[in-house]
Amino acid sequence: MESSVAASATRIAVQVEDVGMIFTRDGKQTLVLDNINLEVGEGEFVCLLGPSGCGKSTLLNIMAGFLSPTSGTVRVGGEVVQGPDPRRIVVFQERGVFPWLTVEENIGFGLAALDRKERQHRINHYVGMVGLKGFENSYPSDLSGGMKQRLEVARALAVNPDMLLLDEPFGALDSITRLTMRRELLRIWEAERKTILFVTHDIDEAVQLADRVVVMSARPATIQQIVTIDIPHPRDLSSPRYLELRDGIFQQIGLAHHV
Amino acid sequence: MSFEEKPGAVIKVPVWLRPWLLLAVLLVLWQIAIQRHPGQLLPGPWGVVGGIADLLRHGLLLKYVVASLFRVTWGFGLAVILAVPLGMVIGWYTRAEMALNPIIQILRPISPLAWIPIAILWFGVGDLSAIFLIFLGSFFPLLLTAMNAVRGVPAVYVNAGRNFGLRPIDLFVRILYPAAVPQLIIGLRITLGIAWLVVVAAEMIAVNSGLGFLIVDARNAGNRYDLVVAGMVIIGLIGLLLDWGIRSLERVKSFRWSYSEE
Ligand SMILES: Nc1ncnc2c1ncn2[C@@H]1O[C@H](COP(=O)(O)OP(=O)(O)O)[C@@H](O)[C@H]1O
Ligand SMILES: [Mg+2]
Repeated sequence: MESSVAASATRIAVQVEDVGMIFTRDGKQTLVLDNINLEVGEGEFVCLLGPSGCGKSTLLNIMAGFLSPTSGTVRVGGEVVQGPDPRRIVVFQERGVFPWLTVEENIGFGLAALDRKERQHRINHYVGMVGLKGFENSYPSDLSGGMKQRLEVARALAVNPDMLLLDEPFGALDSITRLTMRRELLRIWEAERKTILFVTHDIDEAVQLADRVVVMSARPATIQQIVTIDIPHPRDLSSPRYLELRDGIFQQIGLAHHV
Repeated sequence: MSFEEKPGAVIKVPVWLRPWLLLAVLLVLWQIAIQRHPGQLLPGPWGVVGGIADLLRHGLLLKYVVASLFRVTWGFGLAVILAVPLGMVIGWYTRAEMALNPIIQILRPISPLAWIPIAILWFGVGDLSAIFLIFLGSFFPLLLTAMNAVRGVPAVYVNAGRNFGLRPIDLFVRILYPAAVPQLIIGLRITLGIAWLVVVAAEMIAVNSGLGFLIVDARNAGNRYDLVVAGMVIIGLIGLLLDWGIRSLERVKSFRWSYSEE
């Protein structure tokens, strides 16, 4: 099994250095992240995999700049992260789309600085890319879960960020839609080559999508292992290599491969 | 055994017609009761219709309705313009809320009618007093609505907004306000009801025109109880129309999301 700490890509997009996080609630302190070190290369697709409640969202929110770590730093493009930034857009489960705006208005949300023609051009481009043609003037309440999720991805891509941070984006979708969405996301990633950090607790999802899977332990989360998935896309989910890598992670997490 | 309807059963009344039918029945009963016991207790519906006709003939109905609506528009409108932005800012900044909450909580339970003497002292008998009272009656409910509404905005929208680099002012305009609108509409609806209650009370004391004034005046100037009840009926109908008007906001597409989701 491969395992490496250094990013495989040439230039480093994100450096997480000795990050620790302690939450204080009702006077009680909880250590959630313990000494996390991670490097993500530009254009790389990295999955953060770990059991629910281990601190994946916390780590993602620290990288996004919504939370400050208790110790350590996160650098993006060499600069220490101080707060949220349009160059790194977080995609929440489809709950993040603005229900008071139409599809077009959602996608155009981050484009206020552009002139009208340029904005409309971008909107049209991303409406097409995520397959929402014909729904430009619909409100999110008229869309399915998968469409809302694609809308949120389009809204994020429209501002041309360097990086997408996705927090269990397909968790609320049914299993068929989820598979389609994974394929869509890979297609978009191949077209746009953004750096992608993708949080999931689903081992299959991680192995299907990622260049590298960062396996996290239960709380306090530490990085147990980083697994490089050396299978080219489109991935054959019944190939021996896929099964080997997946089963390796199952074992690593301490789950026997039986139900 | 069958559940078939028996032939000759009563004709089915459409659902939408039923409340109106009930109303008609009650009116007829009222008229009959008045005719059996003629006295001073209450004018009959027919008498009330006569009263309304009287008011129309003298050109008072329109004049008084306009006077009352004018005061409500100003008092309520000013309260909306001030209380909604202020409440949103107070609700958003926890420190402001902690500082102001005691004052708000003490002023809030004071009925606007308790302010009548002070209103007259400051503004004299006239429109300004009435507008001031309606403003007070609307201001605190709206302030509290806006404070609660902004606090209830899901963090995911706020985070998304901040992620796209919104400055605080844009965060209010583009996220907090639209996300709070459904709650605000509910508050507007309740508060407009209050404003309409307050205007009638204020007009009984602080001015000499309007529907509230009509009611006191009709009694004082010759016990015209047909006009008193006519005034009450008009107040009820206009209150209903106001509520309809504000409820139509709930059907605006970009406001409607919170009613249709989940
Ligand atoms: N703001 C907070 N205050 C206190 N505890 C928190 C806070 N946010 C998260 N936690 C705790 O930190 C742990 C990790 O949370 P989270 O990062 O959301 O996990 P995951 O995304 O892996 O499911 C959980 O036990 C959670 O209860
Ligand atoms: Mg999470």
